[in-house]
Amino acid sequence: MDKQDMNEGQSVFNLSYLKQPKGLWSWLVTLDHKRIALLYLSALIVFFFLGGVFALLMRLELAHVGKQMIDPDTYNILFTLHGVIMIFLFIVPGIPAVLGNFCLPLMLGAKDVAFPRLNLFSYYIYVAGAIMAIIGLSNPADTGWTFYAPYSVRTSTGVIMMTAAAFVLGFSSILTGLNFIVTIHRMRAPGLTWFRLPVFVWGIYATSVIQVLATPVVGMSLVLLIVERMFGLGIFDPKLGGDPVLFQHLFWFYSHPVVYIMVLPAFGIVGEVIPVFSRKPLFGYKMVVFSSVGIAAIGFFVWAHHMFVAGISDPSAKIFSIVTFAVAVPTAIKVFNWVSTMYRGSISLTTPMLYAMAFVFLFLIAGTTGVYLATLAVDVFYHDTYFVVAHFHYTIQGGAVIGLIMGLHYWFPKISGKHYNTIVANIAWALIMIGFNLTFLPQFVLGMEGMPRRYYDYPAEFQNLHTISTVGAFINGVGYMMALINLFVTFVWGKRFAEANPYEAIGLEWRAPSPPPTENFDQQPIVNHGPYDYGRVALH
Amino acid sequence: MSSVAQHGTTDFGSMDTAPEHRAPPHVHHMDAVTAYHAAKLGMWLFLATEILLFAVLFTAFAIFKWYYFAEFHAASKELNWKLGMFNTAVLLFSSFTAALAVDAAQHGQNRKVVKNLFISIACGGIFLIVKAIEYGAKYSHGMFIGGEHFHQFSNFLSIYYCLTGLHALHVVIGMIVLFWASTKAMRRMYSPVYYTPVELGALYWHLVDLIWIYLFPLLYLIG
Repeated sequence: MDKQDMNEGQSVFNLSYLKQPKGLWSWLVTLDHKRIALLYLSALIVFFFLGGVFALLMRLELAHVGKQMIDPDTYNILFTLHGVIMIFLFIVPGIPAVLGNFCLPLMLGAKDVAFPRLNLFSYYIYVAGAIMAIIGLSNPADTGWTFYAPYSVRTSTGVIMMTAAAFVLGFSSILTGLNFIVTIHRMRAPGLTWFRLPVFVWGIYATSVIQVLATPVVGMSLVLLIVERMFGLGIFDPKLGGDPVLFQHLFWFYSHPVVYIMVLPAFGIVGEVIPVFSRKPLFGYKMVVFSSVGIAAIGFFVWAHHMFVAGISDPSAKIFSIVTFAVAVPTAIKVFNWVSTMYRGSISLTTPMLYAMAFVFLFLIAGTTGVYLATLAVDVFYHDTYFVVAHFHYTIQGGAVIGLIMGLHYWFPKISGKHYNTIVANIAWALIMIGFNLTFLPQFVLGMEGMPRRYYDYPAEFQNLHTISTVGAFINGVGYMMALINLFVTFVWGKRFAEANPYEAIGLEWRAPSPPPTENFDQQPIVNHGPYDYGRVALH
Repeated sequence: MSSVAQHGTTDFGSMDTAPEHRAPPHVHHMDAVTAYHAAKLGMWLFLATEILLFAVLFTAFAIFKWYYFAEFHAASKELNWKLGMFNTAVLLFSSFTAALAVDAAQHGQNRKVVKNLFISIACGGIFLIVKAIEYGAKYSHGMFIGGEHFHQFSNFLSIYYCLTGLHALHVVIGMIVLFWASTKAMRRMYSPVYYTPVELGALYWHLVDLIWIYLFPLLYLIG
């Protein structure tokens, strides 16, 4: 269409998955993993925006002592919707569905995932769950995203629609995970042995195992909650002889490992970005791999640390506390390896690298505060305070969301065949970093001073920190908007280029044209070296 | 899009596709052997999720049995173990015919596949009818959800209806899957190199059977 772009790259763009086949219908019924990734991305950004707006409304209400604009019941609904949307509709599918879908077959040297039709089916299950959640907005739940019984059994708000939506979304998550595991087992290019897999693939693999093994448990628990509400069965409500602590056990059996679903792929992206922009092999590759698998494995046995104040026995509390401490070991190994990779490397501060460094910084805070919360005596005090809110926002936003934004920037040339505006991207990065820390660092202090979470109002002595936090939240929001709009504008109107490998990276995905054709590679790639052998193999 | 419908069914000539004659995108993105192993691995993973789905209910059953031992003991006696035993035998036999169907498919004996799968489906139907008779008896004794005697055994019956209801749903899904696999046999699609749907359908059916093997003693016998 654009005559001025007639150059050697023209043929590449004509074959690009973005151009062929044409028409909206071809996108809606596509079996191409790259197009499905973009379908997910467009839906996820809508929900990221929606969840963000709910968060900002909460922060506005909390900006000053007393009622600002919404009443307490609406506030309860807001934090429920913020949690449900951000967790189930945005960040759980987040990195696997978008970047996993896009990059996994490329990184394996395959034409697609193992089951392309199942992949599209997963997307439409996600859409069905999303539509149910949107219908649920007409009578939103006010239980918090955890749906704790017995309140969730008794409240008159729309728990059934919200939990049913979460159940359906879980199905999508299971099928995506299943698809990826089979893909990694069966679709690797000749020569691509397990220990030549990029760490992002390992991250996706560990994540998929959790998705497959943990999601059915929360799905069934939510179904039990629904039938309890509908038919008055006695499962979770003590009035009917049920056990509310059982609900918490079942819920956290999924919902603790789910934080690793969110963050393990982000770890993987950091492991991709740092070697490329340090021009060095990833330090301790095997340890990074084993730590991903180790976190996924240990992550299944720490769930009751969410229940130290919920009435579990002393011995089990101690065991869960110790096992939770153990998670810090593989996590710390990763941080050491990333930093060691950068040490004496030839570092270029590109936007993805800035995000990677931000990730390491933020995750260090997230991880160490997690150790506080794993300590039994400390947790009794901190558990229902803003300290926990700050801690998990450092892990989930500082980890998973930053990871997603980092990955979008890193693979953007591959996805679009275009370069984003670096200055705008870096300003957005700075705003996100300033805004994020301004929002959540004060919340650690608020928590330590005793500000309970989920409260609509607070005494005057918490005023200043709350106001700072609100200002930070808006700066953070502006940063995300700026970063995403920058990418979107470039994607639609940016100038094309034809380089397959703008970073001179070694990974297989960079051997395919940018953007790749539907079948990814002109010929079957063959692998004869590791994914980060910078300085060891010739690139061309 | 029309070519997509062929994916994974009849055409196995794509293994040696030359670059200049590439197949339409994503129709034949792996060879038949890889496709078979991928499908089988996928099915086993799916069965793992099914086991975890039921594991929630088994956990709840164990905990409530511990809390309300006397109630569970009394309520278990209200169940008709003879009907349960009959249903166990029916499902075991249906698993046997499902296994025969896989063997027949591996030898390309499509008519035998249809015959055996239909026996399995019919057994599933018998199982559901007997289950409906049992539920009906519960209803007439006021022990169904909302019945006058439900509250006497509410914890046992809650978990009983959840477990057997979810299992019955799986029997229905299994029957649909087996029927879908048999339609391919009617079109004579199975051969020694292609029998994936029968094998996967039978795997699923065996799991549904296996779960009942656990449910029967837990609910009917050990109370």
